[in-house]
Amino acid sequence: MTTPTIDPRADRIANPAGTELGAPSLRGASRLLPGLGLVPFLVYVAAFLAVPTVLALASGLVDADGSFTLDNLAALGDPVIVGAFANSARLSALTAVLGAVLGALVCWALLGVPRTGAVRTTVDAAAGVFAQFGGVMLAFAFIATIGLKGVVTQLLLAMGVDIFASGPWIYELPGLVLPYVFFQIPLMVITFMPALSALRPQWAEANLALGGTRASFWTRIGIPVLAPSFLACTLLLFANAFSSYATAAALASQGSQIVPLQIRTALTSETVLGRENLAGALALGMIVVVGVVMGLYSLIQRRAARWRA
Amino acid sequence: MTSLLRSPRAGGLAVVAAAAIALTGCSGGADAAETGAATATSIADFGSLAELEAAAKAEGALNVIALPRDWANYGEILDAFAAKYPEITINEASPDVSSAEEIQAAKTNEGLDTAPDVFDLGLTVALQNTDVFAPYKVQTWDDIPDALKEPTGLFVGDYGGYMSIGFDSSKYPEPTSLEDLLGAEYKAAVAINGDPTQAGAAFAAVGMATVQSGGDLDDFQPGIDFFAELATSGNMLKLDVTSATIASGETPVVFDWDYLNATHVADNPAWKVRIFPGTGYAGYYNQAINKNAPHPAAARLWQEFLYSDEAQNLWLKGGARPARMESMIAAGTIDAAAAAALPEAPATVVVPTEAQSTAAGTLLGEKWAAAVK
Repeated sequence: MTTPTIDPRADRIANPAGTELGAPSLRGASRLLPGLGLVPFLVYVAAFLAVPTVLALASGLVDADGSFTLDNLAALGDPVIVGAFANSARLSALTAVLGAVLGALVCWALLGVPRTGAVRTTVDAAAGVFAQFGGVMLAFAFIATIGLKGVVTQLLLAMGVDIFASGPWIYELPGLVLPYVFFQIPLMVITFMPALSALRPQWAEANLALGGTRASFWTRIGIPVLAPSFLACTLLLFANAFSSYATAAALASQGSQIVPLQIRTALTSETVLGRENLAGALALGMIVVVGVVMGLYSLIQRRAARWRA
Repeated sequence: MTSLLRSPRAGGLAVVAAAAIALTGCSGGADAAETGAATATSIADFGSLAELEAAAKAEGALNVIALPRDWANYGEILDAFAAKYPEITINEASPDVSSAEEIQAAKTNEGLDTAPDVFDLGLTVALQNTDVFAPYKVQTWDDIPDALKEPTGLFVGDYGGYMSIGFDSSKYPEPTSLEDLLGAEYKAAVAINGDPTQAGAAFAAVGMATVQSGGDLDDFQPGIDFFAELATSGNMLKLDVTSATIASGETPVVFDWDYLNATHVADNPAWKVRIFPGTGYAGYYNQAINKNAPHPAAARLWQEFLYSDEAQNLWLKGGARPARMESMIAAGTIDAAAAAALPEAPATVVVPTEAQSTAAGTLLGEKWAAAVK
């Protein structure tokens, strides 16, 4: 039996068979048996995720008669489409940065409460719910709260403050920022909390023992360790906002200013017809953007994994 | 690390390319089952109304799609049909989808029992999809004006209305002309029913703004310019209008068809409907039968019912102008009270042709998003 080697770069002890220490090492065909348990899930993912995605993308490469064409991809250069991609990117970047910064602050505040206490568990549970709360419900909640006849709007009007003095911005692109940040912050809390909890108190003690200050802890230890995770989470938030559809459709659908709404117009319009295949090309464009972002995310996560327990 | 990233991506590209090549082979259509009812072009092919009724009852069901119950009083019409023919179960699908989605539903459900039997479509979609329809001329065919029907009966106008402004008269003054809506008293108040690049009612709103601004239907640019000005003045609300937003007061001034605006009086007694004088923009919706309808006899019986005096008067009760209105007024079978309750028709009426609709659609696709940003 060979001795396990200790890889100085990893906390785990690796053994030559490549499996986790403690797992039985398998020979030959029986190595496939654990993989068989994964087959139902893979079939499900293939049938309901992979195949529809491929078909949707492929529809961007054919025209209405079914023959191969690159016209739909060329239509991606249309100024209206390019504008929609720019709007989507700007909105996603803004809400991602806002969500990341505010979410990180919430995580930092949570560090100070006991891990199994009431506050921490409630916030964790609430974050899980609100991260998925987007869509028509969120749009309605915002209309009811700060819409033109919303509760808070009327309260502020009674106090003499008219938040819509410059126009009904809530139903335009700027009005999407608030609802998006509403679900970006909880998502940041969920994804960034593990990284922040991995900051070991031993490192803070070591910093003090070696004569450092609080500022030097953050500049020399905290931020370099957290930066990869923070960037990765921000990219995740970007991808999340980029692909959001239902909230925008309910709040700011006039003019189809962002890409998911352009896809809807291409598919369901009753006044500009024959553009269903353009939706496939738009989906391809979105997948390219999100694919690039997620590629960066996984690259950064590999670096960040070094410091996690 | 790079090989791990590269192989799934290359594999994914290969699969997409393969699927695209495979899809090019899938451009054919399915053959329709040829039965007697499916090829009937008028009641003569059945013999008499009683025989059509018997055939429809034998089928036992009717699939309709995109008929909201509060749209031009469709609720009462569906109930009247169900009361008259209790053996025929009406399956109402997807009340809120657009005309384009109705055709998509027919194509994706082809050969299934759930495919829609009949369509109620905007003119643009009807003109583009005549290959999906079966020709049928109802008994009262001659009463319908020529301008409202396709000569072989592929589709026929059922009801229509004028583009109008509905407004909450308790909070806003009555607009006497289009330019009034640009004034300060309508700040953050004016909305249209959807996006013109998507929905027929919003498209018609831009058309109405075009003709009221002195333009004509060959070029919708004056209408787009009007809405651009409305947006920059802060008067335009970019929210989708629904009965709920009107009832809550979120959208107090709305561009919509006169029969749709008329239904909101039930929620808000102060709601009023105004059609601008001068040139009016009219639009008719169109009935068509699915060529591959799962219940062809029931579909044709539904058409006969819709063009009977009873259903035409029910549409009139919903505030819409039925296709047979003129002949029914001449014959005295019209519901006079409901006809009197309609808003006054403008002096000149315009309806866009197919060429004008297509050109306007292209123009809106290019210019609308930037105009209302």
